[in-house]
Amino acid sequence: MNSDVFLQLTVSGLSNGMVYALVAVGFVVIFKASDVINFAQGEFLLFGAYLAFAFIGQFGFPWSVGVLATLLGAAMIGLIVERLVLRPLIGEPVISMIMVTIGLSSLLRAVVNGIWGARPKAFPNFIPSGEVEFLGAVVGIDRLLVIAIAAILLTILTLFFRHTRDGIAMRAIADDQQAALSMGISIKRVLAVAWAMAAITAAVAGIILANTVGVSHDIIFIGLRVFPVVILGGLDSVPGAIVGGGVIGLLESYTAGYTTSGLELVVPYIVLILVLMIRPYGLFGKEIIERV
Amino acid sequence: MESGIFFSDYRSDMALRRMPLQKVRTGLLLVGLVVFPLLANPYWLNLANQIAIATIGAIGLNILVGYTGQISLGQGAFMAVGAYGSGLLTVRLDVPFYLSIPAAAVITAVAGLVVGLPSLRLKGLYLAVATLAAQQIVEFVVTHWDGLTGGTEALVVPAPELFGARMNTDGRFYWILVVVALAVALFAANLFRSRVGRAWVAIRDQDIAASAIGVNVFGYKLLAFATSSFLVGLSGALLAHYRSIVTWERFTIEVSISYLAMIIIGGLGTISGSFFGATLIVLLPAMINTLGRSLQDTAPWAATVLPYVQQGVFGLVIILFLVLEPEGLAKLWRNVKDYFRVWPFSY
Repeated sequence: MNSDVFLQLTVSGLSNGMVYALVAVGFVVIFKASDVINFAQGEFLLFGAYLAFAFIGQFGFPWSVGVLATLLGAAMIGLIVERLVLRPLIGEPVISMIMVTIGLSSLLRAVVNGIWGARPKAFPNFIPSGEVEFLGAVVGIDRLLVIAIAAILLTILTLFFRHTRDGIAMRAIADDQQAALSMGISIKRVLAVAWAMAAITAAVAGIILANTVGVSHDIIFIGLRVFPVVILGGLDSVPGAIVGGGVIGLLESYTAGYTTSGLELVVPYIVLILVLMIRPYGLFGKEIIERV
Repeated sequence: MESGIFFSDYRSDMALRRMPLQKVRTGLLLVGLVVFPLLANPYWLNLANQIAIATIGAIGLNILVGYTGQISLGQGAFMAVGAYGSGLLTVRLDVPFYLSIPAAAVITAVAGLVVGLPSLRLKGLYLAVATLAAQQIVEFVVTHWDGLTGGTEALVVPAPELFGARMNTDGRFYWILVVVALAVALFAANLFRSRVGRAWVAIRDQDIAASAIGVNVFGYKLLAFATSSFLVGLSGALLAHYRSIVTWERFTIEVSISYLAMIIIGGLGTISGSFFGATLIVLLPAMINTLGRSLQDTAPWAATVLPYVQQGVFGLVIILFLVLEPEGLAKLWRNVKDYFRVWPFSY
């Protein structure tokens, strides 16, 4: 019995964690390319979920077309945001970058609210729900599917960074902007790609959340949950985001399962502070040593 | 025209307000502050009080973010410590408000020291994230420590009394707030002409260089955290006694964000900017509200989208200021002053 509960908690924790990982990867991509922390990542999620709701729920597209349209729409938003808001601020201090994405999050939230209203929406689920027996415990099919989808996507992303031209250009820019420029890499292009990718991964996570927890404003809070994930994994590491997502997801799930009084809401942040005190660059982040 | 003004003694050269026009403006400001409550209706008084509280908080945040360069997303948490600290001292221990408010500010300063400890190793983004975590943890403690704070229930603070008179009316509290806000502004303005203030600015501009010229970087960072949170706690405590009710919803991450917006829009590292920013961020939703109400008859749907418009305009204002005038309202105000100072002979 006990091991059943443990397995269920593990599966649900991992599936939450993989969603975190997807959001975190978008975060990391932007940070790698431009050293910007994107506080609007939660709103990108929200946008993705509501776009999917609009295409599939309101316009009645079949889900495959709807998902494609959502991803395209998300990419457009990413590109627009980069062009209008971020590009004029290249080279500004950290605080400006943080504040502009915060302003952006407020604006995006208002747009979503204005278009779709504040009430939760009923989403026509297309990820099959139901329960299966898995390693002797009963777990939701959707949970397992989410883990699978996220795993596939994250693998693709990792391969993207290893083997494609844009992926390598992104790593080059993260390493040294000037050197990358002198090798003929267009920083503007790479930044645009980074923001589009961040919006797309967030939209995928948004669609998954729409299926599993429904379309509502609570989705935004996932955006804040991503901070412990990326700090634990390292702000500039894609594998770190995946591992961090898994660890934080599991931690939350176990805390929720084995303790009471909502401790799981705060445990990730305690982990965050501990990580910052012990290893500020996270598990896999690039170590920057500077002594004063 | 200001050409040909020379100071013949150090006293007048070092005065806070040196130029005749500055003195005139300061005088006008003081007269305006005295006359205002005689003319204003309770609605405007209420707004003015909110602005005063926000100004105190924004100056506190500006000390940390604008002058010392340590980004903090924990403003809401510090205000919560101040508000709950002062409220609980009054409710549980019957401490009168004029003692509990400063006591709460001191408590908040200590909390600020604790939150400032990570700044030994962290800076920039990482420190911002650490303060974000502190914000979340304080929110959790406030809403879950039922025995102390009453959890999600509101804490009702008895009306502050001075010489037998209830002070928490808009008209009376205005005077408390104006005096405190002016004192805080004066304190901060002088602080940045002192050794401490200059050390903070040195740390902001280049911490390694500051250390090389003998500034104790960590010590001064901690001092900045303590001073900043003292003022922030002060504004939180004042808010508690002004509203007579303390609820955790007033101190969420949204509050931290709106205070950051104040100092960004007003101008980082300026005292006047803190005031301008606080004024704009307090007045903006109020103005949109009024606009929405006046449209109620012609466009009844306006009321339903009002909160979203407020939210959207808030975000848009932040973005526009950062893109178009990163130095904020204080810079705009300076431009106006410079224009008129040499007018009509601008060269």
